[in-house]
Amino acid sequence: MKKNDCKIKLSAAQLPAGGIVEAGTANDFITGDWRSERPIWHKDKCIHCLICWISCPDSSILVAPDEKKTTVITGIDYDHCKGCGICANECPVKGKAITMEEEKK
Amino acid sequence: MIKTVYSKGKLVAKTGNEVMAEAMRQIEPDVVAAYPITPATEIVQIFSQFVADGIVKSEYVAVESEHSAMSATIAAAAAGARAMTGTSAQGLALMWEMLYIAAGLRLPIVMAEVNRALSAPINIHGDQSDTMGARDSGWIQIYSENSQEAYDNMIQAVKIAEKAKLPAMVTTDGFIISHCMEVVETYPDEDVKKFVGEYKPERSLLDTKKPYTLGSIELQDYYFEHRWQLAEGMRNAKNIIAEVAKDFEKTFGRKYDMYEKYMMDDAEIAIVVIGSTAGTAKVVVKELREKGIKAGLLKIRVFRPFPFEMIAKDLANVKAIAVMDRADSCSGTYAPLYSDVVTALFAAGVMAPKVVNYVYGLGGREINTDHIAAVYDKLGKIASGAEKPFTGIEYINVRIK
Repeated sequence: MKKNDCKIKLSAAQLPAGGIVEAGTANDFITGDWRSERPIWHKDKCIHCLICWISCPDSSILVAPDEKKTTVITGIDYDHCKGCGICANECPVKGKAITMEEEKK
Repeated sequence: MIKTVYSKGKLVAKTGNEVMAEAMRQIEPDVVAAYPITPATEIVQIFSQFVADGIVKSEYVAVESEHSAMSATIAAAAAGARAMTGTSAQGLALMWEMLYIAAGLRLPIVMAEVNRALSAPINIHGDQSDTMGARDSGWIQIYSENSQEAYDNMIQAVKIAEKAKLPAMVTTDGFIISHCMEVVETYPDEDVKKFVGEYKPERSLLDTKKPYTLGSIELQDYYFEHRWQLAEGMRNAKNIIAEVAKDFEKTFGRKYDMYEKYMMDDAEIAIVVIGSTAGTAKVVVKELREKGIKAGLLKIRVFRPFPFEMIAKDLANVKAIAVMDRADSCSGTYAPLYSDVVTALFAAGVMAPKVVNYVYGLGGREINTDHIAAVYDKLGKIASGAEKPFTGIEYINVRIK
């Protein structure tokens, strides 16, 4: 199933028996709109300790290797972040490199 | 009396539990996870000894409860293993939540189940309340009249479950079969192994090259389709059970069907019953036949899926029928087997037979030939019109007043 294909409803004859779903479908399910608070990442304050990344229950802290092949934070996946605020709470930086703001619809 | 029907068969004296453990040894599943409970304890106890002695290569998981036993068995089956367990009564009740999950995930688990009364009051003896309660869980249910059938049913259940992609429980009546020493014909290990074959699941969670999600949430949009699949799977299982029985007869020589018809061809009065009581009833039928009374017996072997079309056909010409349930559904209406038999008849437009319901043997209460003869006597009176069929449930051998 590709992104946004969720609207095609398979019949019982088309579905594999036993509630089997192809792996990785959580990626297609956009849960970001559940959010009431949004984490804001402050790049200038971030020390890239990855504590937010390991703490995030929705794998919504985006990381990538930099030019020295060190893993660094690159942003937040707002498609899947549910706004729980664990990242902001766990951020060890004085003054916080992630802060929560009210979600504006 | 059991005689050898298979050229390489061997007559042995074994209890129902011993012979179910023997079938498990020969099947040699990849994983068995179980928790002991009377009267099923011996099955997994003996099997765990086979594991400890290195006689089988199976993984034995000693868990802390039946809920965990079923959970571990489900996990093993989902991982691609041939997985089995065994339990009884309260143990089955504790598995409840997971029974539906095993069926919903379409995992071909085989369970040796010894029928025992459910608490309260606490009672360890045989009745079929436990599995009757699980009759709508999506498990195939195969009941056994004696140890021979328990052994044969276990071997067939593995194939049935794997072909139907449904879990299956094979039952014996607590103590009456589970602890009673009988002569049983067993077949050589290699022949049993060849019959059940190697389990090759289409997909398994340990196949990391083809990852998939099992047990995901399905709400209004998908749940219904998968439940329809499960119900359809159960309907289709009837043909699979028949095919496996045919294979089994061809290999080992013993004939099995969804139910057994005993002197039913010209029967005017008949009992429908499940399990060991069928053996007792056969003795009565034989005696009645010697007196010229056209009595018959229909013994249900497979209760789930319920062979309703065939049953309606086979009971259509019987004048009076007694459906004997070794479980009461406490529903304000009739007991489980009666409800299904009458539904089958009514749906097929079979209105002629007078059908009455008896509940007997709860908590292991004795049911003997005299009790059964009295039922046939009553049926004779109903069939001749001398007595009207009673409504509601009649209870056998219980002190009411």
